Amino acid sequence: MTLMMDTQFLFFSLLKVVGVFAVVLTIVAYSVLAERKISAAIQDRLGPNRVALPLIGSIPVIGPFLTRLGIWQPLADGLKSLLKEDFTPDYVRKVYFWLAPAITMVPAFVVLAVIPFGSYLGSQKMVIADLNVGILYTFGIVSLGVYGIVLAGYASNSKYPFLGGIRSSAQMISYEIAMGMSVVPVFLIVGQLNLSEVIAYQAKHGWLAFPFFAQEQTAMSYVLWPVALISFFIFLVSAFAETNRLPFDLPESETELVAGYNTEYSSMKFALFFMGEYCNMVAASAMMVVLFFGGWTLPFAGLDQPATSIGMGLAHIGIFLGKVVVFLGLFIWVRWMLPRFRYDQLMDLGWRRFIPLALANILVAAVVLWVKS
Amino acid sequence: MPDQPYLLLVIFILAAIGFALLPLGVAALWAKFFSPAKPGPDKNATYECGLVSKGDAWVQFKSEYYLYGIIFLIFDVEVIFLMPFAVAFGGLSVGAFIAMMVFILLLVEGLAWAWVKGVLTWK
Repeated sequence: MTLMMDTQFLFFSLLKVVGVFAVVLTIVAYSVLAERKISAAIQDRLGPNRVALPLIGSIPVIGPFLTRLGIWQPLADGLKSLLKEDFTPDYVRKVYFWLAPAITMVPAFVVLAVIPFGSYLGSQKMVIADLNVGILYTFGIVSLGVYGIVLAGYASNSKYPFLGGIRSSAQMISYEIAMGMSVVPVFLIVGQLNLSEVIAYQAKHGWLAFPFFAQEQTAMSYVLWPVALISFFIFLVSAFAETNRLPFDLPESETELVAGYNTEYSSMKFALFFMGEYCNMVAASAMMVVLFFGGWTLPFAGLDQPATSIGMGLAHIGIFLGKVVVFLGLFIWVRWMLPRFRYDQLMDLGWRRFIPLALANILVAAVVLWVKS
Repeated sequence: MPDQPYLLLVIFILAAIGFALLPLGVAALWAKFFSPAKPGPDKNATYECGLVSKGDAWVQFKSEYYLYGIIFLIFDVEVIFLMPFAVAFGGLSVGAFIAMMVFILLLVEGLAWAWVKGVLTWK
């Protein structure tokens, strides 16, 4: 019997791992397409609208429509990066040159392990590893993200990648502190490091960044609302800096450094860097959803309770993915709306604005909670 | 068994590593059998906007990067210390609360010192 339990457990766990990979990869592939389509719309262009599978184009109405939507573009891009010549420049440090893309990709994925992406499906909890130190694990892994980029810059042995890598490392470590401090008030309020507990708290007391619908309306949610909003704002901006997205894409600012740390990379290795960036965006969005926007809960129709049926479970996963997609849309939209920061402005914002602000925020949260109890 | 999150974590990490190495391997195999590399002196040169590159990549860079690195180390450790404090906050005694505030103030002092010294000003 115990053996049966074990194999069953292992089977479902592997299923979850495969499912998470499949869903994240699909989101990554199509957020690249979304990025191209949205940028095209913003710049009054059409965006990718040609690529089609051989027979699909001849299906009436739907075929041409899907093609115009560019729905096959990610497939074509993936195939291209696989088939392109994979040449290695003469001057690179070969081992690191090969390792760097892999090292960029792995942490981006591994962060997702502790994120609860749903409540229950059957009797299975919809989180890969429900660690009681969830957020510490997340920050530990996020720190590893720097290595791939620094290594890529070093391994390329070329000036642009080197400068890009070094800029990126300074930027990422700076904003990591602001990011880490910004979430401390969240855990002061919740009193648990486990991310599932953070969601459970928000289901009961209202989302931290939007406390208007809750099972138990208390004055406390509103007193702490500004604190949570400041936390969220710092976290959001730091997430942009951590993922090297505009307005903080200094490491790869095209006009100065060509493509930054991945200038010397081509074909599949470049594709891994590219996917790593989008995967980081997915992870950052998921973190924001979990920490500030109630995770898989919605405050209507009993959707804030752990699911009792398969349909509810699926609905929760859908809600979670929907929220993540909204944040991905925000990432893309901001990229085409804001100009790039200067490097001194970037460091100034991180060290001299956000870190003091985050510290003050922690103090305010602590004092408010202290007075209450 | 159903309560072993770390086992699952290991599985997930292995899967992620496999996932990162697999495309590299497949691409390398494809290149080996179907599209062998055709290197050339220009293709393999260091990229520098089409000009012939001068000197190597060991250029001097600002020492400020190091300073930021050092300050980062201190504050990152601080953040890790703040997490358990945040969780245990509900049941803290007055003494523990004050001790933690002193800890935070010491670090604020460090930040203020670096600020006054001009370390945090990017020149």
